[in-house]
Amino acid sequence: MAFDSYTENTLRYFPERCVNCGKCSSVCPHAVFAAGDERALLSRWESCMECGACMKNCPVQAIEVESGVGCAQAMIHAALTGGEETCGCCGEEEGGSDGACCSGWE
Amino acid sequence: MNETGDKTNDTQPCCCSCSSAPQSSCDCGAEEEILSPPVIRDTGGSLTWADRFDHGAARWGYRRMHHRVPPGLYRLGSPSPDAPVFASANYTLSFDALRSSLAGTDCFILVLDTKGINVWCAAGKGTFGTDELVRRIAVTRLGEVVRHRTVIVPQLGAPGIAAHEVLKRSGFRVQYGPVRASDLPAYLATGVATPPMRRIGFPLRDRIVLIPVELVQALPLTLLAAVLLGVFIDGLAALRVIAAVGAGTVLFPALLPVLPTKDFTTKGLFLGVLAMLPFAATDLSAPAAGIAPYLQAAAGLLLFPAVTAYLALNFTGCTPYTSRSGVRREIFRYTRVLAGMALGGIALAAILGITLVVNG
Repeated sequence: MAFDSYTENTLRYFPERCVNCGKCSSVCPHAVFAAGDERALLSRWESCMECGACMKNCPVQAIEVESGVGCAQAMIHAALTGGEETCGCCGEEEGGSDGACCSGWE
Repeated sequence: MNETGDKTNDTQPCCCSCSSAPQSSCDCGAEEEILSPPVIRDTGGSLTWADRFDHGAARWGYRRMHHRVPPGLYRLGSPSPDAPVFASANYTLSFDALRSSLAGTDCFILVLDTKGINVWCAAGKGTFGTDELVRRIAVTRLGEVVRHRTVIVPQLGAPGIAAHEVLKRSGFRVQYGPVRASDLPAYLATGVATPPMRRIGFPLRDRIVLIPVELVQALPLTLLAAVLLGVFIDGLAALRVIAAVGAGTVLFPALLPVLPTKDFTTKGLFLGVLAMLPFAATDLSAPAAGIAPYLQAAAGLLLFPAVTAYLALNFTGCTPYTSRSGVRREIFRYTRVLAGMALGGIALAAILGITLVVNG
């Protein structure tokens, strides 16, 4: 498998709270959650990229994750300037470094 | 800087104008705007040469914040009040991907004000978010335009949107469409996004289109370094820096999945060493006597792969699968190593320079 750089993350799932609405499995672009009979199944935990879509769309707070953008440029920029974690590529008024990340994605 | 490019600001006297700092609640502005008659703009499903030129410019990072469409409601074809509504970002690449995929489908497109940023990045920042969606539904009086109460939102917008909150606050149900706009016709035909439509990959094509911006971004510093090295050392030194940067910005995105090791930094180091091997071989085959050839080869093998690896590390933000905690771990693990390699390389080069001067 080619795109498996990181295998640890901050995603935590509390299945006892799940109401099986199916939102988490439909928003996750890496199939970390799968639809189950009674509750959602955490089936590919190690593939989580911490985008936070599942947590945001869970109506019963059954998912917790320290969401953020996995961008070294943003973090190094923040460490050097003491400012926000942003690479500046996404239209920060004050400029910052330009990243390629925002030239794609629908 | 955004005011001139954003054609809609003059028609939206909003107390919490989103051109200022992001605010947690934007409800107050909606009331004022609703007084003006709702505007529905017309758009089409076919892309012109001007559109394609604009996409090319965006890919090359030219005036990167100016590829915008005015936020608001758009009509594609001749939609009835029962026609579907699709949400999009006000970035031309996002909007055009959507409308060209929907060619021949009568529908509405609700363009959110994401400051000219694509859906995925804007969702991460929250500008493609619950507040803006609820506000845009109110401002465009979508409820009066359509009879149903469903908005189809791109799946990659989900990190910014809480579907249950949108329903509570606007009465509209959020239905997450597929990841890629090109899957919309199949999605509309069946009403279901299949598992493959829900998954994001990072195929060669998606990686290649990122190369131009990477190149443009690295170009000024690279040219400066190449000129300095060319003038003060030799042409081969200038070529080394160009090879190192080329490996990090062009080869790295292209070869990403086939490079050994897991971390981006070590993948980059591997590629950087590969790129420097021909130069090291040239150094060692030089007729010069003593340790000079060895020093030169070692200096090159320390300094330049560190440059390639740093560029590789910075590519993490361009991928759709790296997590924040994983990237942070990489930064802590490798930045000192890279700095040490670069400094070591420079020190060896300095020693080499001194020995050459001393030996005449």
